[in-house]
Amino acid sequence: MKGYEFIFTGVKLTLLPSGALWWPEVRLLCVSDLHLGKSERMARQGGAILPPYETRDTLHKLERDIEATGARTIVCLGDSFDDLEASENLPEDEALWLTRLMAGRRWVWIEGNHDPGPIEFAGTHLAELLQPPLHFRHIARVGASGEITGHFHPKAQLHFKGRTVSRRCMLFDGDRVIMPSYGTYTGGLRTDNSVLSRLMRQEAIAVLLGDPPQPIPMPR
Amino acid sequence: MFTARCIAYPDDMTALPPQFDRWFTQRGWSPHPHQIAMVARAATPAHMLIAPTGGGKTMAGFLPTLVELGAAPDPGLHTLYISPLKALAADMRRNLTTPIDELGLAIRVEDRSGDTTQTRKKAQRADPPHILLTTPESLALLLSYEDAPRMFAGLKRVVVDELHALAESKRGDQFMLCLSRLQAMCPGLRRVGLSATVEDPPALARFLAPHPTHCEIVEADPGPDPDIAMLTTDTPPPWSGGGGRYAIREVLDQVARHKTTLIFHNTRAQAEIFFQELWMSNDGALPIGIHHGSLALEQRKKVEAAMVAGQLRAVVCTGSLDLGLDWGDVDLVIQVGAPKNVKRLVQRIGRANHRYNAPSKALILPANRWEVIECHAAIEAVLAHDLDGDPRGPGPRDVLCQHILITACAAPFDADALYTEVKTAGPYADLTRADFDACLDFVATGGYALRAYDRWQRLMQRADGTWQLRDPRLAQQVRMNVGTIIDSDKLKVRMKGRSGASGGKPLGEVEESFAASLVPGDTFLMGGKIVRFETLREMEVQVSSDRGRKPKLAVFSGTKFSTSTQLSTRILDLLHRTPLPDLPQHTLDWIALQREVSQLPRAGRILVESFAHEERPHTCIYGFAGKNAQQTLGLMVTRRMEEMGLGPLGFVATDYATLIWSIAHLDNPTQALDATGLRDGLEGWLAENALMKRSFKGAATIAGLITRNLPGKRSTGRQATFSADILYDTLRKYDPDHLLLSITRVEAMRGLIGFGRIDEMLTRTGGLIDHVHPGRVTPFAAPLFLEVGKVPVDGAGQETLMRAEADRLMIEAGLT
Repeated sequence: MKGYEFIFTGVKLTLLPSGALWWPEVRLLCVSDLHLGKSERMARQGGAILPPYETRDTLHKLERDIEATGARTIVCLGDSFDDLEASENLPEDEALWLTRLMAGRRWVWIEGNHDPGPIEFAGTHLAELLQPPLHFRHIARVGASGEITGHFHPKAQLHFKGRTVSRRCMLFDGDRVIMPSYGTYTGGLRTDNSVLSRLMRQEAIAVLLGDPPQPIPMPR
Repeated sequence: MFTARCIAYPDDMTALPPQFDRWFTQRGWSPHPHQIAMVARAATPAHMLIAPTGGGKTMAGFLPTLVELGAAPDPGLHTLYISPLKALAADMRRNLTTPIDELGLAIRVEDRSGDTTQTRKKAQRADPPHILLTTPESLALLLSYEDAPRMFAGLKRVVVDELHALAESKRGDQFMLCLSRLQAMCPGLRRVGLSATVEDPPALARFLAPHPTHCEIVEADPGPDPDIAMLTTDTPPPWSGGGGRYAIREVLDQVARHKTTLIFHNTRAQAEIFFQELWMSNDGALPIGIHHGSLALEQRKKVEAAMVAGQLRAVVCTGSLDLGLDWGDVDLVIQVGAPKNVKRLVQRIGRANHRYNAPSKALILPANRWEVIECHAAIEAVLAHDLDGDPRGPGPRDVLCQHILITACAAPFDADALYTEVKTAGPYADLTRADFDACLDFVATGGYALRAYDRWQRLMQRADGTWQLRDPRLAQQVRMNVGTIIDSDKLKVRMKGRSGASGGKPLGEVEESFAASLVPGDTFLMGGKIVRFETLREMEVQVSSDRGRKPKLAVFSGTKFSTSTQLSTRILDLLHRTPLPDLPQHTLDWIALQREVSQLPRAGRILVESFAHEERPHTCIYGFAGKNAQQTLGLMVTRRMEEMGLGPLGFVATDYATLIWSIAHLDNPTQALDATGLRDGLEGWLAENALMKRSFKGAATIAGLITRNLPGKRSTGRQATFSADILYDTLRKYDPDHLLLSITRVEAMRGLIGFGRIDEMLTRTGGLIDHVHPGRVTPFAAPLFLEVGKVPVDGAGQETLMRAEADRLMIEAGLT
């Protein structure tokens, strides 16, 4: 597993192929937009009855990243559950699995727009986390700097030799990092969307997920 | 083989009431024998007419209805007319009005389609006309409403037009399920099929009739054999490629010598290129139009109207004109490129000279050297009345899933009764109870091995054992997703309006993937014009005119056909005939040289040639399995060569052969072509293939797992939606036996993957291989070197290419 190393606000960070962000100095692992329980939420609301396997798939991925890095702190950057009810309806075995992952680690739940409020699980529940010099919050703020955010599920397209590849990606410039979504059932917002273009500086880089992750100039 | 017969119906000359006889006489007509035969059979539960175009098929279908309804009909729906084409229903209403008025009958005829207004549709449900003209999808929708039994009460006849075309797709399977519903509501319902010439009329009859009822077949006099020949040119056709541009002069010449010519192409891209070149050489300024499925409806209607008005001398077209009303006085059909399928060729030829009992005139233009042989074989097949066609196999289960949902929308249903009913539909006659239950379970719970949704089932069982929607609001969503036509996501193409606003002239549509690959400044062909890509805005491709002479790209969606099994067999037979048939000298020389240098491929063996070209080892495999299957074979064999350490670098496939180049020679083709290995591959790594994912997406959409993208309801890249590929990967990982994966595997046997043809090749040859080392590039392999569509095989593959491009971009942007 080879990550993409970069310096942000003087801090050395690594984007892992899975889309998790690793801060080795403080042994902190950050993941964003897990959307656990998405298929249950959709079925409950009368939508599609999707294969009910995305929570275990996401947890499996997270477990591997925690094992590989030996992280002591886990920051879930918001939208960890598809809605608050989904966190309550998590099947018993999956809830146990999550609890087991949390055991013995500092675990921070940042609020997202999908899960705005305390959830059943232990850990620290915060609107945002300041771990100088970095500021972890769900949605980027215009004018802020040093922030690690999620929410937008950015994806980027690359054209080569008549093919087009579209992948989840991380965006970063001197001010902020926008993390890719980590959950299995999550789509993406193209980087050429005006919301993302306005947020990011001209020289922003998009790092396409893959092994290894691949940096390109942010497509606009 | 289907032999054309001329059938007289002596005992049938009973039938018509005097006023109808008078009407025929007044118009100076006499009814065709097959029209009378249809009236005589009107009381049977199912009957079918097979007649060539121009044979008064539709009149034959409607005559009994008009006779039964008579001058003063009772109110209520009497006859339902179903056509696969929306436009046909509207035209049919106009055509029926004439005889109804002239006969003085008080019969109400209305059509209904997606274009009908809501008010009109409501009125039709409350007070249905005597004759309703509609499409299979509109019928499925009508059946989803609670009041369906009331609306269809008293329905006597269903007339199905273009039955042969419906029977070739899932639309037909869905329609037959709908008919089984209708039949349950109206036990006396009689079914009438109208079909063009087909290879296996009894099979089509079984498709139509309520199983196990017998269906009578009336075959009209097929008329005289067509006047069909190869279009010969001064220059021999090129070695490879399609499109027939080398013969522009000769085609123009033919257009000038005839009143109206239809010029059929196999793909939309080829039609566009040919049309453009025609105009560049069109010194006589002959009025010529273009018509294909990617063009805007307005554009197509304009061409059709001009055609009817006799203003056009020729139309360059694709399958979009295979069906439909006769329009214009077409006296010549030119098929550009090998027809790939004899039945379609016969039906296309039928578009010329719609006067019954006059021979149709057709010319076939081979696009390359191989196609000279294929065209000759096709002409022989047409004259021998030897039509081809692949048996359809049992009714697809994704369509059944949709049918179950639609049934639940109308009313609670009993599973036993529905199963019995479904089995009366021809395509589902052999459906097992286990398969039915699996579909019902999928619709109700998702059918997952992990029983996660018991609380949120879509269907729930009531106390009396019947099934109903858990949430009645679901009905609305189901109705929005009715149908089995899966269009790949398409984007509209428009001329850029002034000041960059949208609202310019609509030109047509392109596939989303094509649009995504465009860079501003790229030029492509659309409706015969070269246009320049400007921007992608609000899910619309905005373009401007370009004065250039050469478009950079011409990629379109549209069906790509493979040469049929029967036609491939005829080609193989033809190669071994002594003496060889009357082919152009250049082609005879080419075949002779192949025999001398290597071998001629035989039906019972797979010919494999190994030779070096520019010191690079090459392997040419002549499977004659059709383009899609030869392409799949290329993927599979290179994969195996990779495992064998031979370093495959790439391959290219045609309808006849696959050419592979590699670091080392393939010394043991038997191992690479081993049947067990190939079949394992289908189950294993081929499942990762993008085409499999596309098949899955289609099945998942039809079965109702995912909803289709409705035009206008889609915004640019919402983060809430995610691709069907993710669902496919997740199911493969956690639920490999799921119903939708099983359906996807069945789909892989045909269509773009075409594994069924590889199976057929292995069975036909028993895996026997002739491996030759000719020591040079062989005459038959040579054209493959010129073929476009080479597929690179690189160990690390896409990742390597991607990295190179990413690095280039970073350096260019000064970001490293």
